[in-house]
Amino acid sequence: MNEKLADVHMQVMWNRLISVVEEQALALVRTAFSTSVREAGDLSAGVFGRDGLMLAQAVTGTPGHVNAMAAAVRNFIRDIGEDNIFEGDSYLTNDPWKGTGHLHDFTFVNPSFRDGRLIGFFACTAHVVDVGGRGFGPDASEVYEEGLRIPIMKFAERGRVDANLLNIIRNNVREADQVVGDLHSLSACNDTGHRRLMDMMGEFGIDDLDRLQAFIFGHSRQATLERLATLPRTSCSNTITVDGYDAPVTMRLRLDLAPEGVLADYDGTSGLSALGINVPLIYTTAYTCYALKCALAPAIPNNHASLEPFRVTAPENCILNAGHPAPVAIRHVLGQFLPDAVLGALHRVLPGRVPAEGASALWNIQLGVRPLPDGHPAPGETLQSSQVLMFNSGGTGARPVLDGLSATAFPSGVHTMSAEVMEHVGPVTIWRKELRSDSGGAGAQRGGLGQVIEMSANRGHHMYLNAMFDRCDHPAQGREGGSSGAPGVVRLDDGSPLKSKGTQWIPADRRLVVELPGGGGYGDPRKRSRQEVEKDLARDYIRQDAARSEYGLGDT
Amino acid sequence: MSFEGLKVRVGADIGGTFTDVVLECGERLHSVKVLTDHAEPESAIVDGVGRVCREAEIPESAIDLLIHGTTLATNALIERRGAKTAFVTTAGFRDVIEMRNEGRFEQYDLNLVLPPPLVSREHRFPVAGRIAASGHELVPLDEEALADIGRRIRDEGYQSVAIGFIHSYVNGAHERRAREIIGGQIPEVAMSISCEVSPQVREFERFNTVCANAFVKPLMSSYLRRLAAGLRAIGTDCPVYMIHSGGGLISIDSAIEFPVRLLESGPAGGAIFAADYAARYGLGRVLSYDMGGTTAKICLVEDCTPKTARTFEVARTYRFKKGSGMPISIPVIEMVEIGAGGGSIGWVDEMQQIRVGPDSAGSEPGPACYRRGGEQATVTDADLVLGRLDPAGFAGGEIPLSADLAGAALERGVGDRLGMDAATAAVGICEVVDENMANAARVHAVESGRELSDFTMIAFGGAAPLHAARLCEKLGMDSVLVPPGAGVGSAIGFLRAPFAYEAVHGAYLRLSRFDAAWTNDLLSRLSQEAAQFVSAGADPDDMVFSARAYMRYQGQGWEIVVDLPMRTYGPEDGAHLRILFESAYAHLFGRALDGLDVEVINWSVQASSPPVPAARVESPASLAEAVPGERREIYDARLGQWVGAAIHQREGLAPGAIVNGPALVVERETTTVLTSDFDAVMQVDGCLLIRRKMTEGSHE
Repeated sequence: MNEKLADVHMQVMWNRLISVVEEQALALVRTAFSTSVREAGDLSAGVFGRDGLMLAQAVTGTPGHVNAMAAAVRNFIRDIGEDNIFEGDSYLTNDPWKGTGHLHDFTFVNPSFRDGRLIGFFACTAHVVDVGGRGFGPDASEVYEEGLRIPIMKFAERGRVDANLLNIIRNNVREADQVVGDLHSLSACNDTGHRRLMDMMGEFGIDDLDRLQAFIFGHSRQATLERLATLPRTSCSNTITVDGYDAPVTMRLRLDLAPEGVLADYDGTSGLSALGINVPLIYTTAYTCYALKCALAPAIPNNHASLEPFRVTAPENCILNAGHPAPVAIRHVLGQFLPDAVLGALHRVLPGRVPAEGASALWNIQLGVRPLPDGHPAPGETLQSSQVLMFNSGGTGARPVLDGLSATAFPSGVHTMSAEVMEHVGPVTIWRKELRSDSGGAGAQRGGLGQVIEMSANRGHHMYLNAMFDRCDHPAQGREGGSSGAPGVVRLDDGSPLKSKGTQWIPADRRLVVELPGGGGYGDPRKRSRQEVEKDLARDYIRQDAARSEYGLGDT
Repeated sequence: MSFEGLKVRVGADIGGTFTDVVLECGERLHSVKVLTDHAEPESAIVDGVGRVCREAEIPESAIDLLIHGTTLATNALIERRGAKTAFVTTAGFRDVIEMRNEGRFEQYDLNLVLPPPLVSREHRFPVAGRIAASGHELVPLDEEALADIGRRIRDEGYQSVAIGFIHSYVNGAHERRAREIIGGQIPEVAMSISCEVSPQVREFERFNTVCANAFVKPLMSSYLRRLAAGLRAIGTDCPVYMIHSGGGLISIDSAIEFPVRLLESGPAGGAIFAADYAARYGLGRVLSYDMGGTTAKICLVEDCTPKTARTFEVARTYRFKKGSGMPISIPVIEMVEIGAGGGSIGWVDEMQQIRVGPDSAGSEPGPACYRRGGEQATVTDADLVLGRLDPAGFAGGEIPLSADLAGAALERGVGDRLGMDAATAAVGICEVVDENMANAARVHAVESGRELSDFTMIAFGGAAPLHAARLCEKLGMDSVLVPPGAGVGSAIGFLRAPFAYEAVHGAYLRLSRFDAAWTNDLLSRLSQEAAQFVSAGADPDDMVFSARAYMRYQGQGWEIVVDLPMRTYGPEDGAHLRILFESAYAHLFGRALDGLDVEVINWSVQASSPPVPAARVESPASLAEAVPGERREIYDARLGQWVGAAIHQREGLAPGAIVNGPALVVERETTTVLTSDFDAVMQVDGCLLIRRKMTEGSHE
């Protein structure tokens, strides 16, 4: 076989390896109980070389695990000990600092043996339904209150699951059957990956992954460096401020661009919060890298070599590098703003490439619905207690040549759930879920629209809201003369305001109304094509007032 | 009607490029291909029917039955060429079809464009009125507002109206009342209501489906009426039936009412074609593999029945990517379609890797080797350079192929960037496209809980026989059947379709609260609905019914399909349903789970005309080595080397003739490639049965 044909052969194997991890991820999505995994793809799956370096990763719904899981496997090899790794083993942890940033994510690593020799590892991460403690929310003041923390240890040794460990977990979490079901699913999905890899190695007649690893890393590194070589060697910075929990949070970022790599440094960022919105560095790194990759090298798959040129640092115990025992349960809220920080900095040196700021953080509506003491249910219904979780997205920022996307998740890749299915899950009625007029920031390209949601507990019930919303005081900023998007609003249907963070009861006769933020506009609104403005008006994306005052419709 | 005492049946398949018409009379089968007439699609059928009748020397008036499938509805959705449609929906839910699932189907593209909704916002009319999840009315329908909307619809010249209300699959009273009110004002406008078109839970899918139905309804009903008239004009006044997405036949009237059921009916014909051969050869597990000019379609066929699903996606806008199209929730033969065909273009990405498709050179200009001005390197060009196609004999010699142009395109598109010669670039393109198809097939099998190694492939479509053997090597499969007439497989498949209809209904049930009377009532209503559609072609007493439930553990998001026995249920059957679910779950995912309740989300009943037992094909009486003609060098990808292949003319092979790989079996439209690992035996019905040689090294 000539050398070029050997390359073709390697490429085919690389494609197959990506297919293997996609199958691994699919197996997990289909068996998971956690809403965020099954509906939103909040998981990751990947294959690693025997040195613990990531070869390939499934493209899943969340960037939050990019890089985080990639770094985790070497922690596992070190903590388990190379001499203690056996065929049939399965390891786990939910340590926020060794996994993916909060206790709700479990990472599993299984070694892969071929003919008795260790050739690599499969790893996966997913959000489970519960980990005990106070439950999912920002209110803990230390990680100890956020739930059970499992260090890196063996879930199974030589195929035998540790019954003591399962027993401890079972006795410390809510919905124990589902959590234990999810843990088995995680381990099993690694096995699925392993079986597919064995089929592949058999077919291609290879005994180890070493040459394939060198090929993947070589091509990925070269392609990434080629992209970086087209950038100016310079530094740029950006500061963004968001609502935070108890006080506004400022995130300050400096990017050093160089042909050999990009350094992102968060020096000058706010200190720790007393509540669980703090972010471990591993998670800061994940969302920072995601934004850099989107803007600079979107087509290059994630692996050790394509991620290596991107480095992230932050001062110890700033809010983006929270150390143990800071509470970190809802680290995703700030994490999802990091792409706004990164893209804003890049805009200064690469104008015309990146979007305006967007709503960015998901507006997850988390409700506890409870029967009223002497409540009577509606006909055909029963009284019940229920937890309801719904993912919702505001508008994304306008792009240099395209409008922003309305009610669409970015940077998160999650999906929303059907309102009809939600109403079967819990005793709630969703009265309204539609686009929010006038919420997209005006611009030559308009920001994406947010949405309005109205819901209430069904007859005989009342409910509390566990609010974790941002961009109510700090809307998404526009670029190049574009206006900011509308800020978010949380209220009752009679107009009384609610707080954007924390637990609040909704009276039984009232509806909860949330108005999600819109994305920022891009460019001078008066330069927007008149045809587009008229179309927006016909569709009620904007109202007459805005058409006149912001877009100058009717002016000559 | 009839000819010399034999039934005359005609199948007609309108595709993007060609309209295929086949005529069957007893053992005789005739087929013609005519160019699709995009302005008047029916005229191509009328023309094709005339031509195939002349070829068969049978008068048009002798035709007993015409079965038709078409991509017209699909194309109208892809090209957004439909009626001016109004969508009337529940107040508060005006944007369901625009907000989609709020996700992005591609994570790294900052300039992503989402597919626009079928009915844009100014044409969507919210109206107050609300049904609860339980089916009870929460807010009465605002009839006055509806009357106003009706007037606007009339005054603003809408041609079609879709109505979709929240929870209408449980209680469709509001939708039916709204139809009365609006329809009363404008009887000439086409109406579609979601509780009839797609009574399944999940509003985005259901609303989109009812909008799609409304969008294509005027177009399709006008077309179907013109077709019936055109056929009558040439003396064909036989019944005409349409093939639907689920692979059964429905009447023209049903098709006019529910044209969304015609989506993907052409590909469905292909799967039925494969299922028919599965029955004739007694093959329990089959992978149907159809590769044409722009895409490859893969479908699992078990127990001679193509696998079905209750939703699918059409009109994908972004490299065939899942999520980039629009969901349609109706029963459908489940197929994976990827951008891999003879015309698919090879290119080089940022990582210096060869990629193939999904862009295609199509039929115009076509591959570079067609000499019609195509400049890009396609799969067909690669096949030619690797010796698999005969440059002089392609399409019976009508399209002389140019190896020089193919080679130049391969160098330009791929070779020069990677420092490869044309042949190496060709190997790369073929390996990548074969790998893409193999991966799609493997993932689809895994999703269905199957391993392909004990499946038999049935390969048809112009490009499939060229790639089937290599695909088998990649999938660990041992045998392939290449039927004759593979270029018009879908149209032939139409002739084998049963009268069948699947009624699907969303209805929520927890097994811990199993209600036998409720279940019996639901299944009986679904049976009646399905039977009504099938009664055009089968006696109710002869119909065969089957039921399924879409179930999951409470708390999960994915339902799995569970076959249910068709009988009257008793109170103790909740436990029985749980056992059925757990066994299906364990089969798919390895093990069942403890301690969790099980819920049913959707139910379906299929009614079907009684199965016609397929005549089993006998093995050839005697076997003999076929005498090869010339030899040509072809590239064997598994061996990584050029090998001398014997060339056989397919029509010259007698039943029982054995062809040893490496070899090429050439016919008018395509060539079957036997790699070194395979041999083939010509069967008595003209099928080529390819098997992996049982010698050492037969398994890689």
